[in-house]
This record gives sequence, structure tokens and C-alpha cells, in this order.
Amino acid sequence: MSDSSPNPNPDSAQKPPEHGQSRRDFLRTSAVVATGVAALAAALAPLRDLKDFTTVEKFLQKYYKEMTPQDMEKVLDRIRREVEAQYGVRPTVQDLKPMNGVEFVYCLNLTRCIGCRKCVHACVAENNQSRDPEIQYIRVLRMPHGSLDLEKGEHNYDSEQVPEKNYFYMPIQCQQCRNPACVKVCPTKATWQDKDGITVIDYDWCIGCRYCEAACPYFARRFNWTRPTIPKDRLNPNMAYLGNRPRRQGVMEKCHFCIQRTRAGRYPACVEVCPAGARKFGNVLDPESEVSYILRNKRVFIQLKEEVGTSPRFYYYFDV
Amino acid sequence: MMKAAKNYWIFVNRCARLAFVGDWRYYAWMGFLTIFVLLGINAYAKQFVSGLITTGMSDQVSWGVYIANFTFIVGVAAAAAMLVIPVYVYANEELHDLVIFGELLAVSAIVMCLSFVTVDLGRPDRFWHLIPGIGQFNFPHSMLSWDVIVLNGYLLLNVHICGYLLYCRYQGRKPARWFYIPFVFIAIGWAISIHTVTAFLYVGLGGRPFWNSSIVGPRFIASAFTAGPSLIILALQVIRNVTAYRITDKALLTLRSIVQVSMLINVFLLVNEIFKEFYSGTMHVASSKYLFFGLHGHHALVPWIWTAIACNMIAMFLLILPISRSLKYLNVACVLAFVGIWIEKGMGLVVPGFIPTPLGEIVEYSPTLNEALICIGIWCFGFLCYTTLLRMAIPILQGQISKANETA
Repeated sequence: MSDSSPNPNPDSAQKPPEHGQSRRDFLRTSAVVATGVAALAAALAPLRDLKDFTTVEKFLQKYYKEMTPQDMEKVLDRIRREVEAQYGVRPTVQDLKPMNGVEFVYCLNLTRCIGCRKCVHACVAENNQSRDPEIQYIRVLRMPHGSLDLEKGEHNYDSEQVPEKNYFYMPIQCQQCRNPACVKVCPTKATWQDKDGITVIDYDWCIGCRYCEAACPYFARRFNWTRPTIPKDRLNPNMAYLGNRPRRQGVMEKCHFCIQRTRAGRYPACVEVCPAGARKFGNVLDPESEVSYILRNKRVFIQLKEEVGTSPRFYYYFDV
Repeated sequence: MMKAAKNYWIFVNRCARLAFVGDWRYYAWMGFLTIFVLLGINAYAKQFVSGLITTGMSDQVSWGVYIANFTFIVGVAAAAAMLVIPVYVYANEELHDLVIFGELLAVSAIVMCLSFVTVDLGRPDRFWHLIPGIGQFNFPHSMLSWDVIVLNGYLLLNVHICGYLLYCRYQGRKPARWFYIPFVFIAIGWAISIHTVTAFLYVGLGGRPFWNSSIVGPRFIASAFTAGPSLIILALQVIRNVTAYRITDKALLTLRSIVQVSMLINVFLLVNEIFKEFYSGTMHVASSKYLFFGLHGHHALVPWIWTAIACNMIAMFLLILPISRSLKYLNVACVLAFVGIWIEKGMGLVVPGFIPTPLGEIVEYSPTLNEALICIGIWCFGFLCYTTLLRMAIPILQGQISKANETA
């Protein structure tokens, strides 16, 4: 392009046309290029509102399973700093590993559930879900007496009082499948099944393609369509890396059996809050556990959509 | 070695310069496309900042027009094979000099596909997690990882074939058969694979009965081989009108027979699917019911799908009748087929898969303006790419630009 600079030397006019450009050509080219650059800059103007989208450190963060304990410590420290800066609370963030000899199973008593949705709200509070837009991991369906056809269920029932006559209630959340469809389809291995049976997500590795959300037969997965917001005074500061630490825009999340509690020997929030005692949780490998007792002694229990072959660790049962 | 690199550099340079010169129609067309590309970039910048909340998608309908267009355009890319097969397998003379236009269309279409997937990502900054070697590539389990391989592979194959043949023509030497013929044949199989793998993305989801059907793959191929060559028929006539490139009516009519047969197969497969869904009347019919007739008072897609069916039916009858030997009617049929399949295979396939949700909830979807602007931007970008590639290729093929007339 060196040819295109206007040359004050009159000799240049003698050059063949291929080599030189007239001043008019040059001006025209410059005008076109300038207009193009200006138009592109104008088109990209919304990017000025981009706030802490990523940093070099975050951009280059390694995959969960490839991090050394030192790497993880650095990441956890970064998360602590970020949470403190954003919410004014110093959280405890741990990377809790699955315990040996433990496989978690959930049992839900459909005879007892009264449809009060206390589990839904306890879950939101415990797991730092976005309040605006609202993200919830548990859906409670109001089902007409006698049918398990989910299409007959009412998702948005708004009753004065529960339970209501001629209905039963069916809470649905991540079923922690033994053959999880979501794990199979994830193109980046950002979600996987740990050995205690919990399917977890590395929120810092997910690319947000939402293939898992399409694959899940239980509508268990939720996407952060924009920046999640949590009021400062509602933040739960007891956090786990694969659990309830605040998520970012553009990544997937879902129920993880309250890893920050259950991998530290406590019950999930939904189990604790249930006023009807409909929710049971425990280690199926321990024959003395409540869930083992239920699976041994109840006459009927259901794995939702058994025909899709996902084999949930979430069982529905009845008092019979 | 240095000399070869320098020669190639001169070639690339001259091609690049060509892209910026043309008559007023060229400038008007390219200017028009550029405006919409810029509007698309602007819309994407907004989405990049605020997230995918700027779209009409939700947790219930988590894929929308981006993935719908992606699916359709993979088919357009695959359809290049419908020009390659007659020429390289059946030695068709009429189409011989036109194959490259199909391959260039495939290149542009794949660029569009990759753009549509990228704008659908929640974290485009993490795209490198998908790159084999440095990321975590879930191969062979995830069908999306297969798609990454087949789409990029198809892009490379076509770039190689077109680039090599054009460069040989430019240099005025005969291309070495071993250096492109094997790739041409690989690309034929590969073309089928890109669309099959894209179908498998859907078919593999056991929790979505609307997609979990073995007919989706064959329908994809049949509809692609209808819509793709329809577009090529139209594009070739534009090329013939604005350049002196020789394109015979006979060539167009050869493509007509391809579109004709593919359309018949396409409609036949559609009838099969509709029969299975509605006659057996299992619970799984809900999505089809939503698509064709509406479900519990929700029927956003009903007018669209019947428009698509009307387009396909009229196109099919025009194509069967001898009347479409006249280009005027053939063009009408091609436009109708293209539009019909775009609706049917885009929104008509993607959205009903999500309605009702696996928990029986019905949440409808319609794209937002911002989302539509991004789509239009990518379409215009695709046309921009194709026009640019043709602008470079045609003078080379006609011998107007060659090594012989290089000015050192």
C-alpha cells in the first residue's frame, strides 16, 4: 500500500497507472476505509457496557479434573475475593470431594407431599440461585388423582391452601441418573457423574451450548440467560466449588444434592425443610440407612420415565 | 520454495483486490449486504453484553432460530455433493464447469453454520474448551463433538479442492489428479456425514420423542438435496445474467431432475412420519399435534408449518409437471421449495421438540428483533462470502486473471 501515499514529486505522475494512484483515488479509498472503520466501531459500541466478562486468569483457568491442589487453592481464593467484592461477605468456599463408600439416593413419598413448595424456596436460598431472573431447581406439579401423565400436571397452581382434594403433588428435580443423558452429550466434559452418584457441573468450564438442557428428560437443568442477581443479605456464604458458589452469565446449573452440605455429612436443604417428612435422603451403600430401608421394604417405588433408560437415583414411593 | 510462496502470495493478493472492484450492481449488492452484516454485528454485541436473555429462548425452549438456521444450512452445504456426484461419478459434461460453484457455496454455507453455532453459545470466550488437544473434547460420546469434526473437515476439504483447482487454472497448468480427485470422493461421503451427524444431534436424545425417530436422518438428507440444488439453480442463473460465464439450460435441467426426485422422497418421508405420529396416537404425538394443529390453545407454529407444506406441495407438483422445464416455473418451484424446507426443517423441527417440555409444560417461543437481526446478519454475511468467492473465481475460470497477465 506504500504506493498509495500522495507523492509531491511531480515525477511520480510519469509512472504507469498500475504503480501510482492519483490524489483523488487516494482520497476516495481513504474515505471508504474511514467510513468502514467508523461503521464497524459504531456497530460494536454496545461492547462498552461489558463489565468483568473475563480476565486472563479466568480465561486460562484449567479444567477441574486437571487442576493440582495448588491450582485449586488459587481458584478458590479468587472466588472468595470476587464474592467479597460483589456481596461484601467473606465466604467459605471449599472443593469438597465425594466420600468413599457413599452413593447418595433420594426417596420421595408421594403420599405425604402436600405441595407447599417449601422445598423450592429452601433450595433457592441455600444454593444461591438468581432471584432476578428467577431460577429454581425444583418443580412441583399438581397432578389429578390417579394419573402419572405429566402432561396433566399443573405447574403454576396458585392455591390458597394445600393439599387440595382430588390432587396429589409431584416435586421433580435433578434425578441424579446412573446413565445421565446430559453427561453423554456435553461436548466439553463440563458436566460429569462423581462416584457418590452426584452429577456436577464445572461452571467455569461450561461453554453454554445448552445441549444438556435439550437432552435432559426431567427438565432439571437451568441456564443463566443473563447475569444472575442475588440480594447481598440473601447470599449463603457456605459454598462449594461444584455446588452453590455464585454462577455467571451464560452457564448451566442444576440441583447437585446440596454438595456443600451432603459431602460434609448434612442433609440437603429440601430434606430439612419438608414439613411433611416426604423427603428422605441417604447412602444406599449403607444397609442401615433410611433410604436402604425404604427401597427394601416399600412395595412400590417409581423411577420417573424408566423407559428412557437413565436409571434415576431419585425414587418416588407410596405408603402402602 | 520461496519462489512458490511468492507466486502464491501474488495470486492471493490479486484475488483479494478483485473483491473490491466491480460494476455499480456489484457495489450496490455488496453495500446492501454490508449494512445488514453491520446491523447483525451490532445486535450480537448487545447479546454478548446482556446474555442470551436478549433472545426469545427460555429454559423450556432452549434452542431457537440460531440452531434452526444452523440445521437448515448444514443441508445447503451438503447439497454441493449433488453437483459433484453427476460430474465425477457419472461424467456429466454440462455440469462439469459448474461444480466449483457448488463447492464455493458449501464453503460459504459452512462459514454460516459456524457463525450460527457461535452466536448460540452462552460463553463464546470459552470456545477453546472445544478444541481437541488443548480443551476437553468429549469424543466420541457427544454428537456435538462429531459435528465439530465433520463441519470443520468439510470446510477444509472444500477449501482445498476449490483453492487448488483455481490456483492451477490461474497458473495455466493441469491439476495433478492425485492431489484433488481423492478429496473430491472423500467430500461426497463427507457431505452425507455432515447432515447425518447433524440429524443425530437430535435423534440421539431419548427424552425428546419428537426427535428420537430414525426418520429424521433420511428426511434431513432428502430435504437438503431439494433445498440445496434449488438454491444452486437460482444462483447459477444470477451468475449467467451478470457475467459472461457459460451456463447451459441443459445443466439447469439436470439439476431440476435432482430436485424433482429429492422433493418426491422428501414428501414421501414426511407422509410416513405424519402417519406414524397420528395413527398410533401415543402420548408422543403431543409435539406433532402442537406443530400441525396446536395444543391446548397454543398454536404459534401452525400457520408456519401449513405455509411450509403448501410451498412444498406446490413446488412438488410444479417439478413433476413438464411445465417446470421452462425456467420461469422452475424458478418458482425452487423458491417455494427453499422457503418451505427452511420453515419445515428449521423452526418446524427445532421448536416442537421442546413443546411440550419433558414435564408436560407448554411455553411458546418466538424470536426477538435482536435475535432476528443476528440471523439476518449471518445470512447476509453468507451471501457476502459467496459473492466474494464468485467474484474471485469467475475471472480466473474465464482466464481473465492468470499468471500470464501478471504485471511484475
